[in-house]
Amino acid sequence: MPLSLLKYGLTKQPKLQRHFPPTPELKNSYDVVIVGGGGHGLAAAYYLAKNWGITNVAVLEKSYLAGGNTARNTTIVRSNYLTPEGVQFYDESVKLFQNLSNELDYNILYSERGHLTLAHTDAAVRTARWRAEVNKHLGVDSELIYPDEIARLCPQLNLGDDVRYPILGALYHPPGALARHDGVAWGYARRAAEYGVEIHTQTEVTGFDIEKGKVVGVKTNRGNIQCGKVLQAVAGMSSEVARMADFKLPIKTIPLQACVSEAVKPFLDPIIVSGSLHVYVSQSSRGELVMGASAEAYPLYSTRSTLEFKEELMMHLLEMFPFVGKLRVLRQWAGMTDMTPDFSPVMGLTPIENYYIDAGWGTWGFKATPVCGKRMAETIATGKIPDLIKPFELERFYRNEQVGERGAASVGH
Amino acid sequence: MKLMTCPLNGERNISEFVYGGEVVDMPNPAACSDQEWSAYLFIEENTKGIVKEWWMHAASSYWFIAERNTETNEIIRTFPSSELYMQRVDFRAAKE
Repeated sequence: MPLSLLKYGLTKQPKLQRHFPPTPELKNSYDVVIVGGGGHGLAAAYYLAKNWGITNVAVLEKSYLAGGNTARNTTIVRSNYLTPEGVQFYDESVKLFQNLSNELDYNILYSERGHLTLAHTDAAVRTARWRAEVNKHLGVDSELIYPDEIARLCPQLNLGDDVRYPILGALYHPPGALARHDGVAWGYARRAAEYGVEIHTQTEVTGFDIEKGKVVGVKTNRGNIQCGKVLQAVAGMSSEVARMADFKLPIKTIPLQACVSEAVKPFLDPIIVSGSLHVYVSQSSRGELVMGASAEAYPLYSTRSTLEFKEELMMHLLEMFPFVGKLRVLRQWAGMTDMTPDFSPVMGLTPIENYYIDAGWGTWGFKATPVCGKRMAETIATGKIPDLIKPFELERFYRNEQVGERGAASVGH
Repeated sequence: MKLMTCPLNGERNISEFVYGGEVVDMPNPAACSDQEWSAYLFIEENTKGIVKEWWMHAASSYWFIAERNTETNEIIRTFPSSELYMQRVDFRAAKE
């Protein structure tokens, strides 16, 4: 052993830095209180501080940081949606994601893989073509491809016709990517905290002080605080938190389950999604297959895992990749998703003055983390709704101007 | 396997049933505002706790009402919709 190493080990102790500051005492008052310490809330806090100089901000999280749906999604980033409103919105998110490791000086393990949405029926081929044309029109790289090209991109995929649902074509989206979900939230949290944003974990909101239709304070299990503005970003519990502020949302809370296999050597490059088979699968940077299915059939405030989910998922997955039958499932979990009737989010103003909403993220929330944070921060700072998120306001449901993303947002169609 | 008791067909796998939404009273379409009608169509109570909801046994197209705890997924009871709704709704076009 080199002497210097021995000396180092005996004398110098490596200086450990805290990742985030410890939860401070609650102050009496903040300019902005963000309810929910997941990716969305933390991103909003970061952009409020960086882009708008608003740093007297508290992020309140009832549990630990980014432990809700930020930790439970399957980390896919893409913008190949169906509506022009959706495509433009998610495209800005993909562009922010591409530079996010640099911007935050924090490695989010962004990995561009290409994204294949398989079509097993004529109807699905038609939807893929429709999406490809809308995408291309808006400058998003997306095209309809057929089995010869699919075989080149993903030779492991079973393209034979000896299955219940043979593959007829696919929507190919080259910018489709994976990112480390925890890293995204931690990166935003760390930089926001450097600007002076306070992050309060184990701090549960129990109510709001509303005077003459305007929010003026937030009640928590650690005491009451006054606030200028509130941003609600609490996927899964959106309806219950909104109820505390006395308004309702077009949301059903529905569990979505996922699982990972044991880690194996890299063999699957693209992200594979099948709408008809209710499967999405990708291989993470540490070799695990990350797998998910459709949201469940009825509402439930629970993150339990079921055998039925695994049975259905594996039945379909084995049609696509017969050899994964040898793999074992390592972990499974569920998240509570905010499902909206049109499969688009709810962002912007609420009936309560100075109370902003970021909800309805169903199964499409992680990929919108940067753009939603940036644009909600802009909304809060300027009081004006940016054109990019205007189509997603709560009021659309009262004007019958839904943004129908069912064909592109979920696998359950 | 999660079981549900259909008032018509007895105990069945819950996969045989289709969820049909919260039981809410319909506003009078001829008299209510557009705002109220939109809320009836799209806005949800989405309660965490015990709720009443519509379910259908798919194979027999039989609609009924279930009382279920949305936190624990316990089905407390199921009963025919005639316990709550005895009158048929007649739809008439609203007067413009």
